[in-house]
Amino acid sequence: MWVTACALDDIDTEDLVRWDHDGRTFAIYRDTKGAVFATDGLCTHENVHLCDGLVIGDQVECPKHNGRFDYKTGEAKRLPCTARLKTWATRVVDGNVEIDL
Amino acid sequence: MPLDQTVTQRDYTLTGPSSERARELGLASAEWYHSDIPRKVMKELMARKDGPAIRDTVIWVVAHVLTAWGGIHFWGTWACVPFWIAYGVLYGSACDSRWHECGHGTAFRTAWMNDVVYHIASFQVMRNPVSWRWSHARHHTDTIIVGRDPEIGWMHPVSLFMKLLSFTSIIDAWVSLKILARNAMGNFTTDERDYIPASELPKAVLAARVHMAIYAATVLAAVAWQSFIPFMLIGLPRLYGCWHMYMTGLIQHGGLAEDVLDHRLNSRTAYMNPVSRWIYWNMNYHVEHHMFPMVPYHALPRLHELVKADYPAPCPSIWAAYAEMIPAVIRQRHERGYFLKKTLPPTARPYREDLQPPAPTREEMR
Repeated sequence: MWVTACALDDIDTEDLVRWDHDGRTFAIYRDTKGAVFATDGLCTHENVHLCDGLVIGDQVECPKHNGRFDYKTGEAKRLPCTARLKTWATRVVDGNVEIDL
Repeated sequence: MPLDQTVTQRDYTLTGPSSERARELGLASAEWYHSDIPRKVMKELMARKDGPAIRDTVIWVVAHVLTAWGGIHFWGTWACVPFWIAYGVLYGSACDSRWHECGHGTAFRTAWMNDVVYHIASFQVMRNPVSWRWSHARHHTDTIIVGRDPEIGWMHPVSLFMKLLSFTSIIDAWVSLKILARNAMGNFTTDERDYIPASELPKAVLAARVHMAIYAATVLAAVAWQSFIPFMLIGLPRLYGCWHMYMTGLIQHGGLAEDVLDHRLNSRTAYMNPVSRWIYWNMNYHVEHHMFPMVPYHALPRLHELVKADYPAPCPSIWAAYAEMIPAVIRQRHERGYFLKKTLPPTARPYREDLQPPAPTREEMR
């Protein structure tokens, strides 16, 4: 089911925003070329919102412990993160970002 | 409680009743207070650079070499003393901040540079680089949450004599060496196993073995050359040069609240002279560091300017920090539950005041 999350313009390139929906929290990203990606919003290491972290290239850095994930694949790239981050399919429709939940 | 009676020891283990209590109260892996900073500014603050840390590391390495040269060249005369004093601080105190900042991965932009300096500094400070990475992660998740934080430096009631002795590191270095030896044999305590994932334990064993091998090589060199100098260069600086590390480190959380979810109440920011700030890599901005641990050390002064209206007034000096901390710590020896309550400015937003019981007065304790 595709659900509208936010306007594309709400997300800067090489950055992310938080989106809460139905009791869950997500992180929505734009890479340097403007493509949109989405993952679960909390770090898999500890209960920390990734939205406060830094996007560096294809990776997002947890703002608490410096763990990193490839936000395009969900792969944990640096300790203390070891568990994969769940990713979600996205598309842009009429200037809005939709996520396939 | 009578003032001449020392309070009983709290349970600071990570697997005992305090741990259970922390979980029940929602203090474990909880959401902490953060001051509001515009996202654009925060991204600028968190941006990584290689330049400042390369500059500081070159100075650090060259200063090691020059002071070691002076110490060896003038060995046997009084002229060697200032060189060893300086070498000791570079090795036995600056190691802590390098270990710390590179462990966070924020000192350099380039990952391998963080790793190289992290491992050198971990050796100097006598910490297992693997297990301490995990312990420090927990310290940031659950800062001064009793039963969760493995790096609580002030466990009440505090022995002031032992704290004074820590400026020589005699006990700490011996304990650290025993831990490394134990880890090298593959032994880990239940507390260590609580914060180190099982998959990381083999790496911790290997690191401990490398550290112990270097100490063994130092002993062999001293015996082979019939000289004390190898010990002055490796190992002993952790004792004779550690005083600055403890002087700055003890004020980070001393006398302040336990079991709160607001770093403004359990951490202390103090202004310091530029030399101490260089040795300490700006960790005197400690509230700022805990609230935003991904801001590199070189950006902390700017962060401090942005958030200070939301923070308690910083201590104006190291001396002032001790002047407020020591009386509080002494009271904590006799008054269960007492802590130095940091006052937030009127411009600040309080957070989770339900977790901040008023500090009991002396009258209430009688």
